[in-house]
Amino acid sequence: MGESFISAREVAAGVRAGEWTARHVADEHLAAVAERDGEIHAFLHVDPDAVRAAADRIDAAVAAGDDPGPLAGVPVALKDNLCTRGVPTTCASRILEGWRPPYDATVVERLVAAGAVVVGKTNLDEFAMGSSTENSAFGPTRNPLDPSRVPGGSSGGSAAAVAAGFAPLALGSDTGGSIRQPAALCGVVGLKPTYGRVSRHGLVAFASSLDQIGPFTRSVADAALALDVIGGHDPLDATSSPSPQPDHLAAVDSGVDGLRVGVLSEMLDMDGVAPEVVARVREAAEALAAAGAEVVEVSVPAVIYGLSAYYLIAPAEASSNLARFDGVRYGLRVDAPTTNEMMVATRTRGFGPEVKRRIMLGTYALSAGYYDAFYGQAQRVRTLIARDFAAAYERVDVLLSPTSPTTAFAFGDKTADPLTMYLNDVCTIPSNLSGDPAISVPFGTGGDDLPVGVQVMGPALAETDLLRTAAVLEGAAP
Amino acid sequence: MAERITRDDVAKVAQLARLALTDDELDTFTGQLAAVLEHAEDVAALDLADVAPTAHPLQLGNVLRPDVVGPTLDRDEVLAAAPSAEDGRFRVPTILGEAP
Repeated sequence: MGESFISAREVAAGVRAGEWTARHVADEHLAAVAERDGEIHAFLHVDPDAVRAAADRIDAAVAAGDDPGPLAGVPVALKDNLCTRGVPTTCASRILEGWRPPYDATVVERLVAAGAVVVGKTNLDEFAMGSSTENSAFGPTRNPLDPSRVPGGSSGGSAAAVAAGFAPLALGSDTGGSIRQPAALCGVVGLKPTYGRVSRHGLVAFASSLDQIGPFTRSVADAALALDVIGGHDPLDATSSPSPQPDHLAAVDSGVDGLRVGVLSEMLDMDGVAPEVVARVREAAEALAAAGAEVVEVSVPAVIYGLSAYYLIAPAEASSNLARFDGVRYGLRVDAPTTNEMMVATRTRGFGPEVKRRIMLGTYALSAGYYDAFYGQAQRVRTLIARDFAAAYERVDVLLSPTSPTTAFAFGDKTADPLTMYLNDVCTIPSNLSGDPAISVPFGTGGDDLPVGVQVMGPALAETDLLRTAAVLEGAAP
Repeated sequence: MAERITRDDVAKVAQLARLALTDDELDTFTGQLAAVLEHAEDVAALDLADVAPTAHPLQLGNVLRPDVVGPTLDRDEVLAAAPSAEDGRFRVPTILGEAP
């Protein structure tokens, strides 16, 4: 069982060197899943025979003298809003139950081309809408560190899979914090790359101008390796960045000597941010200073409007994106005499309450008479936030803040009032609105002994600076 | 500042979104949407007349590719995933003659 906790880099090195087989690695991880996923429910779909067959193909390549690639034999878990050809992809929604996509997402193709072995599809809040994985139509995921608590969300299954030793690497998607917040709550590393750094082709869209795919890992170096594999231009995503990718893995150990670090003051003062979380962020800043960074406090005033702007923009885009689920081309159809009645019946039965709430909110924000007051205004706030971040990045290279206001909370704690749940994302949302990259790295614990995540943010395409900062924090974590 | 959302507004929006809501859901959503929109009043109240809107984090122009035929999805595989198909097309119930 211990072997299911080794890093992706170690797994790949061992497989490439012939020290162990991909089949052995796959069996170890499948055993961990069999032993504990009944309780955790990180996965919505695992096909052990397919996992073993994929691992055997890697071993055959090694035996033939070929190099399967930098992720040779590495088990990966995929959030179930990433399309996998012929393998169920549900978005944790009844409306897509049983659907098998006719193509793979670009990130899936790239992982497999690098030698990775897909373990299964992970649970999420329905269509990635939520912060606790309690909105899954197929039941919640439990936090492996304390099964009475949520794993965070929306990529809660991916975070839990990595924390539980089911896979050293998982992919999630982050629209308002859906990689970073569950990473923080499960005590793993979660990276949201720059918007456009990773192709979204094959990611079922929630809010297209905010969504970004990224990795969960147990180490910063593994996150860098994963980004090296999945990042880079893709002609199938017109918003993917044509800028060449640096070697992220090579930059991880370069330290922070001389790096200018800003502690983002507004995010320490926000309502609901726990004192123990603020304390960990301040200790992280001290650790970076001790490692040679110049640390100052920096104000990014407009971030306080991030949450309001997000809950107008994201639902507006969602209401438009989710119009495609109408019972015509894929997924659920509820029969009715006319097409319009069929669409209403299908959507009414197929979508859960949070998805309906956001579709309603977005449809309202985009409707005649309200567009300027809500959606148009939110887009202007988006400009303010991007502008304030840009001003801060003239003074510092990276910014430091909490990832989540609190450690993992109990099931049902925040489900009564949608706004209470939305406040989980208050520190992560601004990076989605600006499109800039951000990473969450575990740094100590809160009073309840559960992990605290520290967020490192930077300007567009500055992932190497985030990764080397996170690596120093990883080494200095209490 | 926008007026508070009413139950009638919510019913109209549900119709636009192709969702059928029960009376209870209408009541719940009216309260919840009002609460979120009230929270958004801080944004609605800002004077941003001089600030340009941002629709997208990247200032990309049109992205073009050479006009050559490339691989596409297999039609039979796509239609196999549809709830109903006939003659190589998606099949739906009656459309003509429906009220708008």
